[in-house]
Amino acid sequence: MALQLSREWRQRVQRYQLVGGRCSSCGRLTFPRRPVCPDCGSEKTEDFRFSGRGEVYSYATMYKAPVGFEQDIPYVVALVKLAEGPLITAELTDVEESDVSIGMPVEAVTRRWREHGPDGPIVYGYKFRPLLRPVSPG
Amino acid sequence: MSEMQATAMKTARPVGIWGYGAYVPRYRLAATEVARVWQGGKDHLPIKEKAVPGPDEDTVTMSIEAARNALARAAIDATQLGAVWVGSESHPYAVKPSGTIVAEAIGATPYVLAADLEFACKAGTEALQMALALVGSGMADFALAIGADTAQGRPGDELEYTAGAGSAAFVIGPADGCLARIEASLSYSSDTPDFFRRNGQRYPRHSGRFTGEPGYFGHVLPAARALLESLGRTAADYDAIVVHQPNRKFPARAAAELGFSPEQVKLGTLVDQIGNTYAGSSLLGLAAVLDEAEPGARILLVSFGSGAGSDAVSLVVGEGIKERRNLSPRTRDYLGRRVPIDYALYARYRGKLATE
Amino acid sequence: MSMLKGNDVYIIGLGAVPVGEHWNRSLRDLAVQAVRAALADSGGAKPGALFVGNMLAPYLSDQEHLGALVADWSGLRGIEAVNTEAACASGGMALRQGYLAVRSGAHRAVVVLGVEKMTDSVNGCTTAGLAMAADAEYEAAVGLSFVALNALLMRRYMYEFGARKEDFAAFAINAHRNAVGNPLAMFRKPIDERTYMGAAVVADPINLMDSSPVADGAAALVLADAETAEHLCSRPVRIAASAVATDSLALQDRRRLLELDAARLSAERAFEMAGKGREEMDFLELHDAFTIMSVLSLEACGYAAKGEGFRLGSEVGRSGRLPICTMGGLKARGHPVGATGVYQALEAALQLRGDAGACQVVGARVGMTQNIGGSGATVVTHILEAV
Repeated sequence: MALQLSREWRQRVQRYQLVGGRCSSCGRLTFPRRPVCPDCGSEKTEDFRFSGRGEVYSYATMYKAPVGFEQDIPYVVALVKLAEGPLITAELTDVEESDVSIGMPVEAVTRRWREHGPDGPIVYGYKFRPLLRPVSPG
Repeated sequence: MSEMQATAMKTARPVGIWGYGAYVPRYRLAATEVARVWQGGKDHLPIKEKAVPGPDEDTVTMSIEAARNALARAAIDATQLGAVWVGSESHPYAVKPSGTIVAEAIGATPYVLAADLEFACKAGTEALQMALALVGSGMADFALAIGADTAQGRPGDELEYTAGAGSAAFVIGPADGCLARIEASLSYSSDTPDFFRRNGQRYPRHSGRFTGEPGYFGHVLPAARALLESLGRTAADYDAIVVHQPNRKFPARAAAELGFSPEQVKLGTLVDQIGNTYAGSSLLGLAAVLDEAEPGARILLVSFGSGAGSDAVSLVVGEGIKERRNLSPRTRDYLGRRVPIDYALYARYRGKLATE
Repeated sequence: MSMLKGNDVYIIGLGAVPVGEHWNRSLRDLAVQAVRAALADSGGAKPGALFVGNMLAPYLSDQEHLGALVADWSGLRGIEAVNTEAACASGGMALRQGYLAVRSGAHRAVVVLGVEKMTDSVNGCTTAGLAMAADAEYEAAVGLSFVALNALLMRRYMYEFGARKEDFAAFAINAHRNAVGNPLAMFRKPIDERTYMGAAVVADPINLMDSSPVADGAAALVLADAETAEHLCSRPVRIAASAVATDSLALQDRRRLLELDAARLSAERAFEMAGKGREEMDFLELHDAFTIMSVLSLEACGYAAKGEGFRLGSEVGRSGRLPICTMGGLKARGHPVGATGVYQALEAALQLRGDAGACQVVGARVGMTQNIGGSGATVVTHILEAV
């Protein structure tokens, strides 16, 4: 695929800081932010920064990767249910497949996704890993 | 032999550390693995094991996590930062600052200084010195200094045992409200080619034992002595010393020569468990000390960077440290997170296997 | 032939190349062969338009603008022509467009073609191309392949409903058995449960036997209005319903991950349009790109309650209660992605003409085809009826 500098650049804050959207009318949260609320149809949405906490909703291990992701093979991809509600699709990192389970708590980190060739830009974005520190009550 | 009188550097207004954060990747390569592949298993081992970055990690990603940890402890909004400076010898780009990526990722943009530093293993403390100056001068209320590296070891070279990966970040702000106050600092530099890498070269060159005396000890000792003398202090006035740690022996010997006991250097020496994290090295040691230090503890930080130079910083821990250090993972949380790998996987992760 | 109704649409010609690796045939070679065969089978229809269904030509063959290209190369230069793209539902969508063109009275006869040339590219590119059926920014960009999306569905399904890996075997086994007499099918040998369970893992829990093969293919139909059909064709097949529905591209945005809303909606619309209940379908050409899709489709079309679809494995054979994939489905006939929807309709037409040979569903009068784009974002359902 052709190098698309501005396309990657446009997404940077969303990818680095997990910024999605919140409907100003009904409060529905989405990742990513949408121009039209899928619940109430309102066009009034605003940025919403997710905490990065969530749990694994489903997962799969990839042994063949699309172009640009070969260095990560084998890697686990998942649907993560964010603590605030929406599902997000992402790679898991810092974890073996055998240690992944549905319901497992995870947290977002910023990691390398891919580079556009050895002389092209590096794309960074969100991945999820098992909690570094277990959450203590209170 | 210079006859110059050294004076400690002091900021125009008092400054201190508001937040600090560490990051170490989870993979470990045992020194015995390096020996197995290159020496038939027989060799003297300078450390036990080193931290290896995963295939999706680099100086930028490690800096981002350390910075987030530091900001959480500082409990300030990233937009309050006047600068984000990243010191490393393994920046992912030769031209395009890691600093801007980190600044964007943590939400410090757009009204911020962001740049990269290189001074081998002391690029992080160089950034720290600059942060002290920016805040100390009143140009900004807060500044973020990061030391991070995923430096490559030449396969088969003795430095391959120790070239590790890690990062540490420090938010500097006014002394009022900080968790550790900076007393003074001092830098000592000379044109000394003990370890270097030319543009376009993949691996550095180093000059063996020259790296020791004219290099490391030739800068660490004068910098530390000059700062101590300037402040009218001795080792006995300090609770801990953190020194740059390229292997087990150098920091132990430097501390001893400066009059520090093994107890005083132990807490801040991590090299045996994670290797030499280059620009992250002494800063990670400092983070480990701050994780445990009691209010009132006085700490001496002495870095070393080949090329060559040393930054010495004297600081005192404040009351605020006790609650704020729990706001982020401690250095030992990262140290304890370890997954041993073999040489083959290490070679793959570090991109040492040519696929074209 | 007074059974042919005024503004109904009929399939009067069928033509296709076998699905496979056609090293010596290019995209346009395949297209022309299928189009000419369908026109010949139609008894000499003169189409006013050509509707092409194709997904990957721009990415894998550097070729857009397929409508005009195929029209010209097939000897139809000058007629109306366009390519429609709806990922793996491109073929079904071309049929839909052809149906609308005749139904509206705009044309008396049209050609519908599904064509895909996938074997010229290397693996990484094919995978990247297929991922374009998914959400580019939020699924492909984060490192997922299309297979991985289906694996996420399968794993969650197994977790929520207690289905085991072996419960999916029947769907793959059925497809392969049904392809045995189909000369257009890529794989014509039966498989057993051992083959299924022992197959190489692609993206756990999906293995090679869960996954339909990608390949080259081209299938074409000639559609005509009642008068034209009556004049040219002895065994026309009536299109009793044609319905399309959409859903979010990304799995993460679905209302309920394991409910294919677009499949349900388009099936419901189709049943209503045809004035028939689901129990009246003599067979279903489902979109079994992966075994999990068969299961979810059956549930979406109302043949099983949510979470029960996997239990239908023993009922889906040609002589069972609910025959599916009667000539091999995507799994064994093959899945040349943009062409698949037209192969489904062609096979349904063969069944309804009584021309399915060794694959014949005895007494088939009404059949349903359902073509799915992406992981369920576009679903095209047609109901065909013997006249």
